[in-house]
Parts: sequence; C-alpha cells; structure tokens
Amino acid sequence: MSILQILFFALSAFAIVSAIMVLISKNPIHSVLWLILVFFAISGHYILLNAQFLAIVNIIVYAGAIMVLFLFVIMLINIKKDSEPQKQFLVKLLGVLAGGSFLTLLVALIKQTAQIEGRQLLMKDGVIGLIHPLGKVLFTDYVIPFEISSVLFLSAMVGAVIIGKK
Amino acid sequence: MPIQYYIYLCLALFSIGVTGVLTRRNAIVVFMCIELMLNAVNLLLVAFSKMFHGLALASDATTTVGIEGQVFVFFIMVVAAAEVSVGLAIIVMMYRNTHSVDINFLNRLKN
Repeated sequence: MSILQILFFALSAFAIVSAIMVLISKNPIHSVLWLILVFFAISGHYILLNAQFLAIVNIIVYAGAIMVLFLFVIMLINIKKDSEPQKQFLVKLLGVLAGGSFLTLLVALIKQTAQIEGRQLLMKDGVIGLIHPLGKVLFTDYVIPFEISSVLFLSAMVGAVIIGKK
Repeated sequence: MPIQYYIYLCLALFSIGVTGVLTRRNAIVVFMCIELMLNAVNLLLVAFSKMFHGLALASDATTTVGIEGQVFVFFIMVVAAAEVSVGLAIIVMMYRNTHSVDINFLNRLKN
C-alpha cells in the first residue's frame, strides 16, 4: 500500500465519520464544527489531487466564511438544545432507509458501468490545479461567467440586506 | 488510484447529505446537509477533471484538458456562497416570525 493510498483512506474515513457526526449531533453548534472537519478532509483530498487553488479556496470560503456565517446565525437566534424539535422515530427510520437505498442504487449503478472500468486517476502530476493555468482559463474563456457571478454576489447581498431589514 | 474509489466516497458523502435533509427538522442543519452534498459533487468534479487530464497528458505534455471541471467547482463555490447568504437571511426572518427554526412550520407557506 503506497503512502498515497494510506492518505486517501485515512482522509476518506475522517470525512465520512465527520459527516455522520454532523447528522447525529443534537447541538447545531457541534454540527457546524463537524462540518468544518468534513471541509478540511475534502481540502486534504484536493491537495492529494494537486488541486491546490481549490484546496485553499475551500478552506477560506467554506470553512472560513460560510461556516462562520452559520455559527453567527445559530448564536444570534439562540437555539436551545432540548427545545429542538425531533422527528418521530418512524420518519427518521424511513429517512435513513431512503438514503441507504439511494446509496445502494448508485453503487450498483457504478459497479456495472463499463466506461469507467480500469480508469486511473492522475494524482500528483499535471498542472491544471495550480493558480496560473486556472487563472488563465478563468480570465479568457470564462470571463463572462466570472463577471456575471459578481453581479450574482451583488444581488445576493442586496437580497440578504432587504430580507434582513424587515 | 482508480476513479471508483473517489466515486464511492462522493456517493457516500452525498447520501449522508440526503439522509440528513430527510431526517432532521432544524432548518440550519438541513441547510448544512445541502452544503455537504455540494461539496461531495465538487470533489467528484475535481476527480473526473484529473482523470481526463491524465488521459490527455499521455499524448500531449502541455495540454490543459480537464481544467473546466475545476473552473466549474470554483463557480459552484461562488453560487454556494451567494445561496448561503440569502438562505440564512431567510432563516433569520423565519425565526423572527415563528420563534422557531422547525421546517414543519413552513409546510403551509402562509400564516
């Protein structure tokens, strides 16, 4: 087993356990902290795939900005742990069953897909994850979507302020 | 590393997100599970981008085939950030009206 595989399996186990802990934590603040750990594990995967720009952006934007926003809102609205409504046991069981069947279905589908049979992933070679090639593509071929996304941000900001002011 | 490993990992993360949306009643936790699903898709996009890049790199050493996958991930992150800012504003407004973040209060869309 190479070091790459060991790192892959360790990060995967870390991500999946943290994701399950997001679900089963009663306190929403603990859910947020576990979700931050999931994001760090996914950033580790990006680094393994040599997608360095996305790894850093994932930490800065997701773990840094979005999760702090979540924490801020949770603390603002002061949810009490025991007042959080729980679904009935049957509904929970059915939800887990539905998610599990979804997973089983997709795994069965992937198992019999011939197109990906024996395809290998390039791990550390290749420069497409670095800032220079990504920036070049982003500011030449994708410059219009890039500018439109700034308009999207502006409208989201205006929308959030208008919704919050009422 | 076979591509199947990454597909199974992302399917597991996505299914955990789906299960969370189906089983939790706290709107903020439901929202976090949606973020989890978005991240699973992002990871799979990067994995496929590296797969196609590896295929093209064998014949041409300076190719940038597959970089679109990573650009799409960047745009997904942009849209997710905008979505979170509006969504959390809606949750705060809902809390002001009903003093709860229970999604069952929203099932009638009025009163």
